[in-house]
Amino acid sequence: MAILETQELTYTYSIGSPFEKTAVDHVDLAINEGEMIGVMGHTGSGKSTLIQHFNGLLKPTSGRVLLDGRDIWADKKKIRDVRFQVGLVFQYPEYQIFEETVFRDIAFGPKNMGLDEAEIKRRVLETSNDIGLPEELMERSPFELSGGQKRRVAIAGVMAMEPKVLILDEPTAGLDPAGRDLILQHIKAYHKRTKNTILIVSHSMEDIASFADRILVMNKGRLFCFDETEKVFARAEEISQIGLDVPQITKVFMELKRRGINFGKEVYTVGYAKELLLKSLKERRKS
Amino acid sequence: MENIIEIENLHFAYKGEGDEASPPEEVLKGIDLTIKQGEFVAVLGHNGSGKSTLAKHINAILLPTEGKVTVDGIDTKDEEKLFDLRQRAGMVFQNPDNQIVSSIVEEDVAFALENLGVPYEEMRQRVDDALRDVGMYDYRLHSPSQLSGGQKQRVAIAGIIAMRPKCIILDEPTAMLDPQGRKEVLATIHRMNREQGITIVLITHYMDEAADCGRVVVIDKGRIVMDGAPEKVFARVDELKKIGLDVPQTTELAYELKRAGYKISPEIIKVDECVEALLALFKK
Repeated sequence: MAILETQELTYTYSIGSPFEKTAVDHVDLAINEGEMIGVMGHTGSGKSTLIQHFNGLLKPTSGRVLLDGRDIWADKKKIRDVRFQVGLVFQYPEYQIFEETVFRDIAFGPKNMGLDEAEIKRRVLETSNDIGLPEELMERSPFELSGGQKRRVAIAGVMAMEPKVLILDEPTAGLDPAGRDLILQHIKAYHKRTKNTILIVSHSMEDIASFADRILVMNKGRLFCFDETEKVFARAEEISQIGLDVPQITKVFMELKRRGINFGKEVYTVGYAKELLLKSLKERRKS
Repeated sequence: MENIIEIENLHFAYKGEGDEASPPEEVLKGIDLTIKQGEFVAVLGHNGSGKSTLAKHINAILLPTEGKVTVDGIDTKDEEKLFDLRQRAGMVFQNPDNQIVSSIVEEDVAFALENLGVPYEEMRQRVDDALRDVGMYDYRLHSPSQLSGGQKQRVAIAGIIAMRPKCIILDEPTAMLDPQGRKEVLATIHRMNREQGITIVLITHYMDEAADCGRVVVIDKGRIVMDGAPEKVFARVDELKKIGLDVPQTTELAYELKRAGYKISPEIIKVDECVEALLALFKK
């Protein structure tokens, strides 16, 4: 069952001005409940504009956005509710922190939803645990925390609203390799526990390969493809031509294929590459 | 080639942390590092390793608690020579928005030169040359707010180049940029190094950036733990992983195959090197 759908979604910035630009061009897509989706696209491809339609931050120039089968703009008064059901975490979310304590900052969203104290507390502690924030930090000022911790506070603040759909725009931007892995692990664990729907915008195909059920690729405002990870990686040549960075290991296997060694499988992780190569080399030794 | 940067037994702790009973913890615990003019050195380390703190000592934003830092013969503690030092060693930071002060690109590039009282004709020439060097000459009359992250960083670099430095230190200059922006910035600094012989010290946690440098220095918990050519450093896969760093996928694959008993060098970084090595295995 599609939890989020777009029909002929189009968005044009600055209509009528010399800066007029169609950022999203007649996009049709359907996202199923419980999926974990990777969103990719070159700079200016329209991916940020696209995701801002999912929680009603932007209103389509034409076309529709459906949540649970209903047009989110059918009743303008209810658009605020949409933002509690579809949570959006922007890039460098630590810049949006403002409260005196970590607890209060995470509680901000749930408070605005009109929940009672006990429920707010439950949610703050649960999401802090989900995202790896120890309880000792709850009464500290968020501004005293490290960059990575601040980021977790900001993400927790959106998770605490228990949105049906959680969208994160480059959650690992600016983090070092260990930090990146940690945040992705936490998001995956959160997904397993809540079974909600998650979209992650990322430039790293390696990262996306580690979590995505399906990958959505935007190119120049249009939907280039929206398919299972394996099938998207099979189009690695095209993907690199539209300005995206293909993992090193994928490039290696693409070149091996060109030179006559074809494994017939898409390779995008070192683990799988090792498995395939060891198996193939052993078989050669035997023959 | 002469030494442009000499760091001897550098210790540093931020003041104001810790109390009377226990002194503040040292962020740098005895760094010895020498860099020759013309080198392109990557300084790799996880967040919190001290790499940015180290970078800030090179142009005297921070001063040692113990030890000495000398840049082009000038001791960083010498207050009188501070402007001189900073003309020779320029610094570019992570956030492009935090480095731009003017509302017109060419004025921002001219900022330092104006402060140094450089005559107009010379200033005009140096600003234009610097903008051409970074590929932003066509944008000289634009407002920086209209530029992408990568373009802003290139303008910041132009502002440093206009000072004709011997050395540029870049503290994670691409961390906030997308792949396109990263490519532009890296291509620019490699060109500066190659064509003008400017020494580059690149602080980063991106392995692929370090892989393109002539020399990689790895910092962990305030100490240098590795220093050498990229292929030699990355071959130490286990050690790097233990300290929270990654290696290029190609290096990791070669390392794993070697561990499984196959004859393959772990000193592999580039895709084509990896392909050749694998083909060699299959031919046996």
